[in-house]
Amino acid sequence: MNFTLKIWRQKNVAVKGEMISYDVSGISPDSSFFEMLDTLNQKLIMTGGDPVAFDHDCREGICGTCSLYINGRPHGPVKGVTTCQLHMRSFADGETIHIEPWRAKAFPVIRDLIVDRSAFDKIIQAGGYVSVNTGGVPDANTIPVPKEKSEAAMDAAACIGCGACVAACSNAAAMLFIGAKVSHLALLPQGRVEAAKRVQKMVACMDELGFGNCSNTSACEADCPKGISVSNIARMNREFLGAKLFSEKEKVVRVSL
Amino acid sequence: MFLYSSITRKVLMALAGLFLVTFLCVHLGINLMLLKNDGGRAFTEAATFMGTNALIKVFEIVLFAGFSLHIIFGLLVSGQNKGARPTSYAVNNSSDTSPFSKYMFHTGIIVFIFLALHFLDFYFIKIGLVAPPPGIAAHDFYNRTLLLFSTPWYSMLYIFCFIALGIHLNHAIQSAFQTLGWNHGKYMDAVKLLGSAYSFFIAAGFSLVPIFILFFRN
Repeated sequence: MNFTLKIWRQKNVAVKGEMISYDVSGISPDSSFFEMLDTLNQKLIMTGGDPVAFDHDCREGICGTCSLYINGRPHGPVKGVTTCQLHMRSFADGETIHIEPWRAKAFPVIRDLIVDRSAFDKIIQAGGYVSVNTGGVPDANTIPVPKEKSEAAMDAAACIGCGACVAACSNAAAMLFIGAKVSHLALLPQGRVEAAKRVQKMVACMDELGFGNCSNTSACEADCPKGISVSNIARMNREFLGAKLFSEKEKVVRVSL
Repeated sequence: MFLYSSITRKVLMALAGLFLVTFLCVHLGINLMLLKNDGGRAFTEAATFMGTNALIKVFEIVLFAGFSLHIIFGLLVSGQNKGARPTSYAVNNSSDTSPFSKYMFHTGIIVFIFLALHFLDFYFIKIGLVAPPPGIAAHDFYNRTLLLFSTPWYSMLYIFCFIALGIHLNHAIQSAFQTLGWNHGKYMDAVKLLGSAYSFFIAAGFSLVPIFILFFRN
């Protein structure tokens, strides 16, 4: 198969980038999208050019490292897959494929197709965890968890933090990501302990980082490779409002010498 | 601060929006009285009640507050959203979503322009800021309406604005429920269906009046 690629090229965070056109030929329909890019890069290296920089790691669809906004959709045209699991048979022979990085103020482009997604790490650091005291391993099933709750928590925990929700959103909002992280912990008894603090801190961090607001278009759900539901956003909103309206005032501890 | 959180702003917008949605139903009820062939008696009586009742007067202030809140937060939130993506994509997003949901700002602006026009045509005349057209008393809403709707371009503009409002509401109602966290597997489909039905009912109901006057009254 032959393709014309229009790829965003940008030297670094400081300079302006542009879309550059490349032709690739003799691509197997069964090769993955990244194998196709590897072929292009090999060609660029052999001819003394600068290979295209893109994020990838496991190439199994589970690590959340890969990105790419392909022909107007994060992770390309196939529903429920990451870019690394996308194959060239999903495109027409001779097609022009536009490849862009995720676009968001909170995700600056570092080089070509690579963006800095450490904003997501900051949000997790703000509260997306459960504090566990060290000690002996607790017995399994000592804390009963209703089956539906654990299923819903696991569905939310399927989020790999790739950032496709932000890329798909017309407002570059991160609500699906945070909704998933808040939900997966808030649904389980171990996560309830810090639930009120967690949601407030994570939302405050999200607002600070310059993500947009949710307008419930559900573009995030449509393009999430893990099929995370927007019902998680509603759950986060419930958690947030509940925490703001009903949580106890924090006690001021006075430290006297 | 509480008010600065993105979710709080959205929740206040949703609450104000839902209030405005219920108000539309009341307004439509009064407008439909124009269809009665009684020389505007029922309509004028209803309009007088709305203009003089003390409780309604209080709600008028709440209504203005609701409009202001919804519009100011709408502009604020839309501005932030634009800023959240400084560099736009070369290829527009083609995600599989409701096409109406992406144009809330645009349809909102059309409704706002209509609101300004509506104030100029009725409310400002009522409170004496604008002089009524010759031969029509400041409180004679019935003849004022008939005069406006006897102009085809005005009727067309009116219907266009209500189609925009219908599109706005089609996403707005289910969106407000989602923002308030009222999303549940058991009833979310019903909320979406009823929201769409209500938005159609509002757009069609308001549009019915100029169509009726244009074709059946003259």
